Amino acid sequence: MLLRLAPWVLTSVLVMPLAAGLLMVILPAFGYLPVLGGETFHFDAWQALWQRPGLYRSILLSYASGLITTLASLSIVVLFLAASRGTWLDRGIRRLVSPLLAIPHAAVAFGLAFLIAPSGLFARWISPGLTGWERPPDLLIVNDPMGLALMAGLVLKEVPFLLLMCLAALPQLGPEKRVTLARSLGYSATIAWLKSVFPVLYPLIRLPVYAVIAYATSVVDMAMILGPTLPPTLSVSILSWFNDPDLDRRYMASAGAVLQLGVTLAALVTWWLGEQCVKRLSQGWLVNGARSSGSMVVAISGRVLLATSTLMAISAIGGLVIFSVAGFWRFPDALPGTFTLDHWQRILPSVTTPLLNTLSVGLAATLIAAVLVVATLENAVRHHLPVSRSQWLLYLPLIVPQVAFLFGLVVAAESISVRPQLALVVAAHLLFVAPYLYLSLSEAYRRLDPRWVQVAHSLGVGPWRAFWRIRLPLLLAPLLTACAVSLAVSIGQYLPTLLLGGGRVPTITTEAVAMASGGNRRLIAVLGLLQALLPFIGFSLALLVPRLVWAKRRNMRGVV
Amino acid sequence: MTANANFHTHQLHTKQLHIKQLTISLHGETLLAIESVIQPGEVLTVMGPSGSGKSTLLAYLAGFLSPAFKAQGQLFLDEQRLDTLPAEKRGIGLLFQDPLLFPHLSVGGNLRFGLPRQVHDKRQQVTQALEQVGLTGFEARDPATLSGGQQARVALMRLLLSKPRAVLLDEPFSKLDTALRQEMRSLVFSQLREAGLPALLVTHDHADAKAAGGSIIELG
Repeated sequence: MLLRLAPWVLTSVLVMPLAAGLLMVILPAFGYLPVLGGETFHFDAWQALWQRPGLYRSILLSYASGLITTLASLSIVVLFLAASRGTWLDRGIRRLVSPLLAIPHAAVAFGLAFLIAPSGLFARWISPGLTGWERPPDLLIVNDPMGLALMAGLVLKEVPFLLLMCLAALPQLGPEKRVTLARSLGYSATIAWLKSVFPVLYPLIRLPVYAVIAYATSVVDMAMILGPTLPPTLSVSILSWFNDPDLDRRYMASAGAVLQLGVTLAALVTWWLGEQCVKRLSQGWLVNGARSSGSMVVAISGRVLLATSTLMAISAIGGLVIFSVAGFWRFPDALPGTFTLDHWQRILPSVTTPLLNTLSVGLAATLIAAVLVVATLENAVRHHLPVSRSQWLLYLPLIVPQVAFLFGLVVAAESISVRPQLALVVAAHLLFVAPYLYLSLSEAYRRLDPRWVQVAHSLGVGPWRAFWRIRLPLLLAPLLTACAVSLAVSIGQYLPTLLLGGGRVPTITTEAVAMASGGNRRLIAVLGLLQALLPFIGFSLALLVPRLVWAKRRNMRGVV
Repeated sequence: MTANANFHTHQLHTKQLHIKQLTISLHGETLLAIESVIQPGEVLTVMGPSGSGKSTLLAYLAGFLSPAFKAQGQLFLDEQRLDTLPAEKRGIGLLFQDPLLFPHLSVGGNLRFGLPRQVHDKRQQVTQALEQVGLTGFEARDPATLSGGQQARVALMRLLLSKPRAVLLDEPFSKLDTALRQEMRSLVFSQLREAGLPALLVTHDHADAKAAGGSIIELG
């Protein structure tokens, strides 16, 4: 009976905080915040907001970087998939991409900053030979006013995400058959893929694409590391207003959060309009009969672009490794003169608490999410429920920008006298962990041959024993992978940890981002690496444990 | 197979399975209608092309019918009504096309999984069952290392050890090669007959129906 409640509990755990958060952002934006004495509705906060210098530029930055990033990431992924023929090179690139998904945004951002900064690795490798630079040039490459570095960083992270989403959706479309058929009609392979597979693939990955847009328009941690500073993106400005010692600034922060919601919505609407245009305009192209024009360009650019972005991400992490053990390092030298473990030794004692916080929040959120998601899926399977239409509610926290409702969530919690603390951080992480866990587990759960459990029932074994003894062991591998994904998501969270913990629940991620402005590269590198290491441990365990447990069971290696 | 008599002594009080005025419909259209009594030790064969509702019938009898279907009628084992019970309480064993040995359990683990909880000499019963089908000493083996025929035999013994009161056979021989098919047919039918279980066989193959030796219903 309890099981029937699971979908309701899961949905309310995700939707209610979201709704409360949005409400408590919208009310203060119009002057209503009784805790601070605001009891009448007015537009003062909005007037103050519009008078902020550089506001329009902030808005434009957020809006444009969100759309450009998404367009670039999606194009790279689509061109690669069109070009990819399953050769060893293509498979190799794919295999390199998946671990990148596990690396937190902030770690990638730091790595990229260390690569492209004036005194970064790229500048060192080509200096002084190509540039003549004997000392780091005075250029604003990281934190550039156009937000190019920020967009590059986002692309590095969103490409693996979108690629894996596509790879997960593709098998159900039978892409090989479609391409073979089109090739038999004389189409070149890449054009065949673009004309016969992509139009049916896109609707399946639309939700992840929207999530990327929402994320890219409102990201905070990456924007603090790579983004412009004067003015920063809208989301970073909102954070600074909210943290302002002058509590009255909270009204303006709330108005800003509502504005952010509007900016993200505008970006989503723009994208949707773009979708409609492409759909109309491509009708002709799809059936114009052109069989190979442009196929070379696609084939080459697809591979080159994806390989470049993958190599950039890998070098970024490599850069972190070098900086974390670098001793004395003169400027144009390609590598440090001396290597040392000092930075690691110096920082490790002080990160015990953040490490413990990171792990306890991540594990708690993952455990709660796993119980709720598995219960929901088990309920659906037991009662033969079709994929429900309300499923999109689960993904709502991924589409609504974090900055737009997390402040409100803090206010809502405070208004019922719940102070920021570890438990609230766990609850907030749950909002982002649970949708990803659901996303990665639901397919495997539904695809498991129903006859396994039917056999168990026919042997006289009831539903719960069949669940523990049959379904759960058979789904061990996908379940652990889904948990590793959630853990990685939790480890990477910056804003929820900072806000719901009231700054008193430091994690590796909040510590690393806090150091961004300080500029001690070697310490940042150590923290960034630690941050990237934890998800890796999770994924390695998720791969290793099933292999050990089922070492003597041949069909359990890749049975589901 | 002289050991069988001893092995099945506790199942002598077997019962008949009565499918009473059953009609199954989907979206208001009748898929099938059946009225039949299967005596202990008898095998009723149901034949018909794909889409004739064979698997729907099996799903109904076993208790797995999707709520999309509407079923009218009753299912009795002697006087006891079964169709109102959940699948695991019906005591109806299933044999599928595939042996479906649980891949995460050993051969012995698979057999023990089917044994009712209150059975005390579990180890002994498992050993005996394996002996009966010529798989002595296979307890610790990984099912994946068994041949198709061996797996089919383990699946049959797993079913019998669970002490079913009736058995459903879902084209259980269709994936075996010809020689093995003969062997499995005679093994399965002789075991069912000795246990005195009413059974319903769904198949495409007339040779199966002939070997089963009972009456035949054509669907569709």
